[in-house]
Amino acid sequence: MSSYLELSARQRIPHIFDAGSFAEFLPPAARVVSPHLAQLDAPVSFDDGVIVGRGLLDGRVVFGAAQEGGFMGGAVGEVHGAKLVGMLRRAVDEGAHAVLLLLESGGVRLHEANAGLIAVSEVMRAILDVRAAGIPVVALVGGANGCFGGMGITARCANSVVMSEEGRLAMSGPEVIETAHGVEEFDARDRALVWRTTGGKHRYLLGDCQALVADDTGAFRQAAIAAIAAAHQGEVALTLAELLAEQDMLARRLRDFGGQIEPMEVWRALGVPDPKAIPMLEADAFVALADNYRAGADAGASTGGR
Amino acid sequence: METLHFRFEAGGKPPAGTPQLVGVVSSGNLEVLIEPAALSGACEIEVRTAAVGFGATWEAVMRDFHARWQLADTRICINDMGATPAVVSLRLDQAVESMTGGLP
Repeated sequence: MSSYLELSARQRIPHIFDAGSFAEFLPPAARVVSPHLAQLDAPVSFDDGVIVGRGLLDGRVVFGAAQEGGFMGGAVGEVHGAKLVGMLRRAVDEGAHAVLLLLESGGVRLHEANAGLIAVSEVMRAILDVRAAGIPVVALVGGANGCFGGMGITARCANSVVMSEEGRLAMSGPEVIETAHGVEEFDARDRALVWRTTGGKHRYLLGDCQALVADDTGAFRQAAIAAIAAAHQGEVALTLAELLAEQDMLARRLRDFGGQIEPMEVWRALGVPDPKAIPMLEADAFVALADNYRAGADAGASTGGR
Repeated sequence: METLHFRFEAGGKPPAGTPQLVGVVSSGNLEVLIEPAALSGACEIEVRTAAVGFGATWEAVMRDFHARWQLADTRICINDMGATPAVVSLRLDQAVESMTGGLP
């Protein structure tokens, strides 16, 4: 048992991919660093906060990336984004079995402004191109910095998302919501509320992630292997039918839960008998319970039939 | 930001191994990139740090590091965000050990 949360991005790679199989593109020694940060007199990182490359997962060639949440919150700058896009395009060129994204990011790196915004949109387009080529994309979200902003959207462009309870997935982060709408709307210092609202269990119950695992590298690895296999069983490319199903799911969510202000009320409305007990459940017990009530469990295409 | 350069001549051991990166550029932390380089037996260290004005402290930490390892033909590059001297020393040792497999 080894915590996924506690590891750096670089340390996660050998735990998730087959040991010793990962070959990095543009490794730190290539020194492809952000030109923008130097202009702002800010520290750079030799990998610009992301590791990209090609490895083996369960013996099959899988391309991958890991974002380092410790460097500027994993935020996407121009170089960081270009590395992701380059890896994704190469995955298509080389006919990869799948692409695995170890996401941990606050979204666009504000220091790099438009270059970062464009980079994130290019990453999304590249992910959809990978899927259009019949190559599944699976996102893992289990880092301390969560997956927010443009990278939150990017994660949902994948065929499936695997989360731990500790992982968080959302658009605006807690501090952003509190700053924009006041502490009465959202108290960003209330950690239990933050995790109830954005954490893996809530995302699993709402159908925003397709697997919920314990904070364990082995559990993430097995879930990634299973998610790739499941995706290959169905339609890998994004289809109109999938988009319409997603739209229906969101419309139902707004209709059923739009008036709720507390995630536990949402869980109760889903039919969960004792919502207060949810945060304390271990991953396996939670999944066994949640599978009876979670939304989106029957939305086939996007999740490879899960 | 401040950039510091150190060069220690006539090290004893040219380390075998491939370039390694340890640590993360985050608050109170640093990343250390270590790689073999033909430097006429010297060890060169470049430090880019967000904490300006600590050159004397860096020099002391680097002298201690060189005394411990006596590396030859090695280039070390550091991106620092205000790591303490103890953290810097530990990261440097980690970098050498990851490149050489832990052998002195």
